[in-house]
Amino acid sequence: MRLQDPQNTVSFTFDGQRYRGVPGEPVAAALLAAGVRLVARSFKYHRPRGIMSAGSEEQNALVTVGRGPQADPNVRATVLEVSEGLEVFSQNAWPSLKHDAMAVNDLMSPFLGAGFYYKTFMWPKPFWEKLYEPVIRRAAGLGGLSGKANEDRYEKAFAFCDVLIIGAGPAGLMAALTAGRAGADVILADEDTAMGGRLLREVEDVDGQPGPDWAAETIAALSAMDNVRLMTRTTVTGAHDQGTYGALERIAGPRRAGKPLECFWRIVAKRSILCAGALERPIAFPNNDRPGIMMASAVRSYVNRWNVAPGKAMTIFGNNDDAHRTARDLVAAGVKVAALIDCRDDVQVDGDFPVYTGAQVVATKGRHALERITISHAGGTRDIRTDCLAMSGGWNPTVHLTCHMNGRPIWQADIASFVPTPGNVPGMVTAGACNGAFSTAACLKEGAEVAAEVATGLGLKPKVTVPAADDSAYRISPLWAVPGQGRKWIDFQNDVHVKDIKLAAQENFRSVEHMKRYTTQGMAPDQGKSSNVVALAVLADATGRGIPETGTTTFRPPFVPVAIAAMGAGSQGKGFAPERLTTSHRASVARGAPMIEAGLWYRPSYFPQQGETHWRQSCDREVRYVRNAVGVCDVSTLGKIDIQGPGAAALLDFVYTNTFSTLKVGRTRYGLMLREDGHVMDDGTTARLGEQHYVMTTTTAAAGQVMRHLEFTLQVLRPDLNARIMSVTEQWAQFAVAGPRSRDLLNSVLDDQIVDADWPFMACGAVDVAGVQGRLFRISFSGEHAYELAVPARYGDSLFRLLTAQAESYGGGAYGMEALNVLRIEKGFITHAEIHGRTTAFDIGMDRMISRKKDCIGQTAAARPGLIDDDREQLVGLKAVGAVKQLTAGAHLFAQDAAPERVNGQGYTTSVAYSPTLQTGLALGFLKRGSARHGEVVRMVDHLRQIEAMVEVCDPVFFDPEGGRARG
Amino acid sequence: MRITCPNCGERDRREFYYQGDALALTRPAPDAGPHAWDDYLHNRDNPAGDTRDLWFHEAGCGAWIVVSRNTVTHAIDDTHLAATVKR
Repeated sequence: MRLQDPQNTVSFTFDGQRYRGVPGEPVAAALLAAGVRLVARSFKYHRPRGIMSAGSEEQNALVTVGRGPQADPNVRATVLEVSEGLEVFSQNAWPSLKHDAMAVNDLMSPFLGAGFYYKTFMWPKPFWEKLYEPVIRRAAGLGGLSGKANEDRYEKAFAFCDVLIIGAGPAGLMAALTAGRAGADVILADEDTAMGGRLLREVEDVDGQPGPDWAAETIAALSAMDNVRLMTRTTVTGAHDQGTYGALERIAGPRRAGKPLECFWRIVAKRSILCAGALERPIAFPNNDRPGIMMASAVRSYVNRWNVAPGKAMTIFGNNDDAHRTARDLVAAGVKVAALIDCRDDVQVDGDFPVYTGAQVVATKGRHALERITISHAGGTRDIRTDCLAMSGGWNPTVHLTCHMNGRPIWQADIASFVPTPGNVPGMVTAGACNGAFSTAACLKEGAEVAAEVATGLGLKPKVTVPAADDSAYRISPLWAVPGQGRKWIDFQNDVHVKDIKLAAQENFRSVEHMKRYTTQGMAPDQGKSSNVVALAVLADATGRGIPETGTTTFRPPFVPVAIAAMGAGSQGKGFAPERLTTSHRASVARGAPMIEAGLWYRPSYFPQQGETHWRQSCDREVRYVRNAVGVCDVSTLGKIDIQGPGAAALLDFVYTNTFSTLKVGRTRYGLMLREDGHVMDDGTTARLGEQHYVMTTTTAAAGQVMRHLEFTLQVLRPDLNARIMSVTEQWAQFAVAGPRSRDLLNSVLDDQIVDADWPFMACGAVDVAGVQGRLFRISFSGEHAYELAVPARYGDSLFRLLTAQAESYGGGAYGMEALNVLRIEKGFITHAEIHGRTTAFDIGMDRMISRKKDCIGQTAAARPGLIDDDREQLVGLKAVGAVKQLTAGAHLFAQDAAPERVNGQGYTTSVAYSPTLQTGLALGFLKRGSARHGEVVRMVDHLRQIEAMVEVCDPVFFDPEGGRARG
Repeated sequence: MRITCPNCGERDRREFYYQGDALALTRPAPDAGPHAWDDYLHNRDNPAGDTRDLWFHEAGCGAWIVVSRNTVTHAIDDTHLAATVKR
């Protein structure tokens, strides 16, 4: 029922029914205004449930927003803002919320207590996974996901400040005002749509004016400060190391295509002040979960802030003075109060409504919503007609963030609750209700004083002035569970009641952490925010321990549920990883080349031509270009590291197994690099451009690792070496020009002609290409007479187009990764398929490359007996010799007559290709004692693809073993 | 988590690459024997408390940094350039 007619309303739907609401108010308020009380079915027993709170702690009113891929499950109706056209659906009910077939679970409840599943569904064992669990999972639960890709947008953002103030109630506002006026860089974050906290929800004066007015004035003052940032709709979700805080912002306004729904912030603060307030806790009395039974503070929120009365005949049940103000506010708003029930004897309440002291609620009635309650008091029992019961078991300070770094709170008996342990989170202090200071005056004072301390600590000079406000004492007499029959709910979200917790204790799950896992109390979206203290009070009672000894479970981030989509914002699809594109990318794509990923790079797979229907046709043609004419391939993705300085040569001698200090200027050498544990890290060629100047190439895959390794060597192992390194991979575009006509092609583009006498195999040096200074290396990864030509990256695109056009005029053309792979397999050149991290120089037949004249990384470990054992699997070539010609990578090798089982395994294949040059299937692989077994026939079995072939072991160099083609 | 790079100041840990125990600084001589090399390559303590690691400011200045931190409290006590620790 609305207490005032709203100015403007919009329409939204709940389960298809149309309702009016005020834009920006919570859906919960609009539903209460419309008299909707049944809004959800409970998790396990499918009991009817209504709205319980007015904040993010809501346990019952979880709804799904939107439909199809956009459907967002488990949204709390208490924080979901009304907007035009909003579609809201109930969850966990079938066929309808009112007639839920699974409500039969509730009748079975005597058999479904804590631990029921563990005890019941034990036999037969395989049934658990196949039958029981799927059925149970279908029956229980919250909202579901659509299973479709959600195209909603989320954002992530970073912020830095001196002081992060978490919560903008009276304490937070005062803290922000004090720190802000002192000149600190302040972020004030509050999860509500408006700042003010309980000042917006209670009838109280601050500084002689109504609370909401004072809050508005303060917010206006803060908004005017350049050094204060105000973040509404922003829940600080976690406190992390070194002053980092996670925060989830719900973006204001209705959903629109392309507009982000939420933004996940990482806020780094020198100091933080937690002003998170407190959460009211329920009382466990029989059937305390009927729609219409809600928190007393929530009733006041709906009445005072949203002008909505949640019922027509209200009752209030509490154990503390704070509950009384509920009756007072309702009367002032013109709502009938049918009874105020206080469990304490010695309380004085003035008001024009029935008051029962020393009384308790012992029963409730009403199938889909509350209709009447039964109370017991000194004079006996009494039935009272009521449609809304406001309950208050006292307040729990919101200590969660102070416990996110493994801290525990401490018990404070006079308020019967836990308060933060100071210093639990380095840099964080607490003020106000979250600290156990419950009166408005105390909140204002603590907020100002704590902020002043923080500002002083930052070297500022704060002034403290505190406005006058209500300072009435908070008096409470603990009441956790009302004695008597019936289920008394503690954790409404997980359907855990008093008996479940007692059962856990009885079955020796006495530790609070065990009780939690046995009963599921404190799990699910709300993480037991409202239920924890009641639950462990009941556990303490059942185990005969005190509450402080029983302790709390571990509070972990996030404080409220955070969608993975928000944390991972921007990381979907193309955002998942950066894309590195070569300078020839556009030209390659224009030629129709399918691009494949190589690490973060994209490289052309092959360049299809008209009439070719299979990649192998293109690949074979490109291989023939290189073997017969000339091919051009972009090799810019290989890591290029510039190494300079007097210690450059010594550095290379130390990181490579072979010697580079003896390399002549103008020459290039192949190098092998080991890890310190003796296994191969990477290989590549390094060119000496000057006395103190080298350029190293690495494989595409290991470029980052090698760079890191070189810096490690220079800074950690050998800071005595005077050398500097720099990655220049992106700065140079480099193209392989390979094949018998490669020199002719180069001479058609270079400003000065080259001749073999000046440019022998492995020569390097400067050249000019159309007036551009470049570098030429006579190196070959194809086994042909070949060069690599490098120019500054900005000329890469035009050089690639020029080289390919020229190559075509010589009967060749561009070649891609497939052809490059075939060419190198024909030559037995290794890649990271072979040097996969478990192979040694010995395994790949390069142990003689480990110079004994100097120390190098990996030298000592590589000499360990186990790494130079003749029994090891060694690199071999394999040729298909049986009927089956198809070889596969990752297949296993066995002796011809051995069963293809793991114990008989003798090795495996690493790279395969069809060789158009040799017209047969080839493979590289590792075979036990392989180098001594050339000529032997072994069996290749690919268990996964079910392929078996007979292969002949041979030297890994299949083509031109003497190397005359590359050198000639 | 935030790490103070001696060159760049306090930065987010996502800028850093984690290597492992700072004993990597003390590489044995080639002839130090299998035990010394075994310890250097493989054997690591797993302390609950103070530890010294090597981190690489890979997305920053490229410095290798010795970080003294506490594995229980996650506090970072100090950070030094590996090159200066070594000297």
